[in-house]
Amino acid sequence: MREQLREVLAPFKGERGAVIPILQKAQDELGYLPEEAIKEIARFLRTSESELYGIATFYAQFRFTSPGEHALKVCLGTACHVRGGARILDTVERELEVEPGETTSDYKFSLERVACFGCCALAPVIVVDKTVYSKMTPSKVTQVLDSYR
Amino acid sequence: MTFAEIRERAVAEWEVMERSGKPRILVGAATCGRSAGALDVLQTINAELAKRNLDATVIQVGCIGLCYIEPIVEIAKPDRPRIFYSGVNADIAVQLIEDYLVNDNPRPDLALGALGEGSLDGVPQLFDLPMLQPQVRVTLRNCGFIDPEDTNHYVVRGGYSGLARALQMTPEQVIEEMKKSGLRGRGGAGFPTGTKWEFCHRAVGTPKYLICNADEGDPGAFMDRSVLEGDPHAVLEGMLIAAYAIGASEGYIYCRAEYPLALERLDIALRQMKELGLLGDNILGSDFSFHIKVKEGAGAFVCGEETALMASIEGKRGMPRPRPPFPAQSGLWGKPTNINNVETLANVSAILERGGDWYAGYGTEKSKGTKTFALAGKVTRTGLIEVPMGIPLRQIIYDIGGGIVGDKAFKAVQTGGPSGGCLATDLLDISVDYESLTAAGSIMGSGGMIVLDEESCVVDVARYFLDFTQKESCGKCVPCRVGTKQMLDILTRITRGQGQPGDMDLLLSLGQTVNQGSLCALGGTAPNPVLTTIRYFRHEYEAHINQKRCPALVCLDLITFYILPDKCQACMICQRSCPVDAIKGGKKLIHVIDQSKCVKCATCYEVCPERFSAIVKVSGETIEVPEEPIPLGAEE
Repeated sequence: MREQLREVLAPFKGERGAVIPILQKAQDELGYLPEEAIKEIARFLRTSESELYGIATFYAQFRFTSPGEHALKVCLGTACHVRGGARILDTVERELEVEPGETTSDYKFSLERVACFGCCALAPVIVVDKTVYSKMTPSKVTQVLDSYR
Repeated sequence: MTFAEIRERAVAEWEVMERSGKPRILVGAATCGRSAGALDVLQTINAELAKRNLDATVIQVGCIGLCYIEPIVEIAKPDRPRIFYSGVNADIAVQLIEDYLVNDNPRPDLALGALGEGSLDGVPQLFDLPMLQPQVRVTLRNCGFIDPEDTNHYVVRGGYSGLARALQMTPEQVIEEMKKSGLRGRGGAGFPTGTKWEFCHRAVGTPKYLICNADEGDPGAFMDRSVLEGDPHAVLEGMLIAAYAIGASEGYIYCRAEYPLALERLDIALRQMKELGLLGDNILGSDFSFHIKVKEGAGAFVCGEETALMASIEGKRGMPRPRPPFPAQSGLWGKPTNINNVETLANVSAILERGGDWYAGYGTEKSKGTKTFALAGKVTRTGLIEVPMGIPLRQIIYDIGGGIVGDKAFKAVQTGGPSGGCLATDLLDISVDYESLTAAGSIMGSGGMIVLDEESCVVDVARYFLDFTQKESCGKCVPCRVGTKQMLDILTRITRGQGQPGDMDLLLSLGQTVNQGSLCALGGTAPNPVLTTIRYFRHEYEAHINQKRCPALVCLDLITFYILPDKCQACMICQRSCPVDAIKGGKKLIHVIDQSKCVKCATCYEVCPERFSAIVKVSGETIEVPEEPIPLGAEE
């Protein structure tokens, strides 16, 4: 872990207000923020781990558990909501048996709810990794999930 | 380099491209275009050109805002008007290359519109189309028309001449020009930009900071993203002008991490500016020096509030603090700081280029210029639009937006996102400007505009927005933290059919407390969706509370699906598609929904063949149907 983080941390030496960019880079590198990474970053910044957790848990971007193979995001932006986003999320939750923020037990999917991808014209949408699936219906959700299983 | 040299070089390179006689193919490949498949189209075009050994310049451009017919491709051949094609897929792309590029048939049947000199039979002028005709493009002046990764394109279209002009003026004169333009902050609050700059200009302390707020958090708004992706230099030039006017030497762009393409484009643009001497020390040979850093937001809606945003840049939890002191006196790291939103800054560069009087020629007495909106929801032509202030709401929804999808009845429009309000039918003729929208209980906001039709439930929409603000409340002040939670609980109860008499009064009183007592604008405006829906749609709340009925048939706990036995033909389509096996029946057996299992996903309702239309959705009534499947025909 220390080795892995060394390159991430080095460019930030002496920089003011670098906490959030460091956490972002560390998460890019590791996929999430494990306890050991927080310890390492705290040592580098000469701050406490609790201070770092205080900051990291404030922001939606940071995750503390290992993500699944595919990141599945259900859009619940306003346009998606009025076009039925909630029942799309219901379907995904039912199919995968997880709630937003969780990863399936086989580590296949991590489910997240997000507010707006800016493709409101295609609402409701879900995004798997980087692919946008538009104008979803509950039955299309099942097809999309099956294509990744 | 001086500005004259930069411009000369850009024009020369542009002319070389023009004179080369090569056709140009522009593909709208902003985030929205990409979601609709623009990158596939781009790949097909490149492959097809290579296969046929054709020479053409292929450029990725930003978004012209016609989201509903993406991907858009423009083909410009020498001595021909530029032709725009919509809804292009790989197949159509190949046809266009074959027909137009090779055989010179512009395919009017596929064309959306033409632009530039000359006309084409059967193809209207692009800006005569109903969705574009009422628009005036200042912020979006270059989006979709230039290569956002090529500074020359921006410069040829007048870019950086505003900065060059500003540098010839004193900072006080620049501020005067802004005041003359009447520009008000486009992030939502609508504070006059010139006055804001003046406060910071006069403040004592160095260094001074300028921050560009690109943390667009309204869940349904994407104006800023489009500008950053399609024309980043317009924003960056605005930053330089603002920095010069207030005397800032350091700048930050605080941009959402959810906008990877915008971040990439900013990065490229900043590098180019440094190479051209437009960023760094002694910009364009003047005494003015300015440096810009990009900070990625980490996903917190409250960071759109300026004091929270500064806390986040400083590496803290993004929580707002009381003002005064205002950022102009004590902002980032305790130094004088000015924060402007992306759209504001994109307007600044245009104003300095063309003059404050020109800008003030658009709009109303108190709301000058133009405003972008992300038009979405149940409207036919969704997209990104820019209109002069004061335009009637009706014109936006019916002329530009093309009315309601499927000719359903218009119900309401929600402006300003989670901070705004819902306006009902009788306000359709309202003028879209800061004062009129505020008087109606909504706000201009940053520009989200969500259209609702008869099938949208306003109580559900109010609950949706409050759910959003409640989750995003930072928790620092009690009215917002506790108030939004209590309001959400009441609204959730109402949508579940557990509303009680007096709930509306309680919501109104809580809403007033949250509005007046909250520390920042997140809490201060959070009750707006609830207060306006109660104001304009009281009867719908009453239906939910008193009759346990959702008139729009949206709230799941209040609706029931039934299969009408006299219409069901036992085709088993619904039975097979039900995700929870809640439909009983079989061959020649009329189907019945087991209400205890039904999750109300509406799949059966959608798959039931139209010629049968056997499934109904009702609220507040019970339909008598058999409990168990009965043989087909037994009903008669």
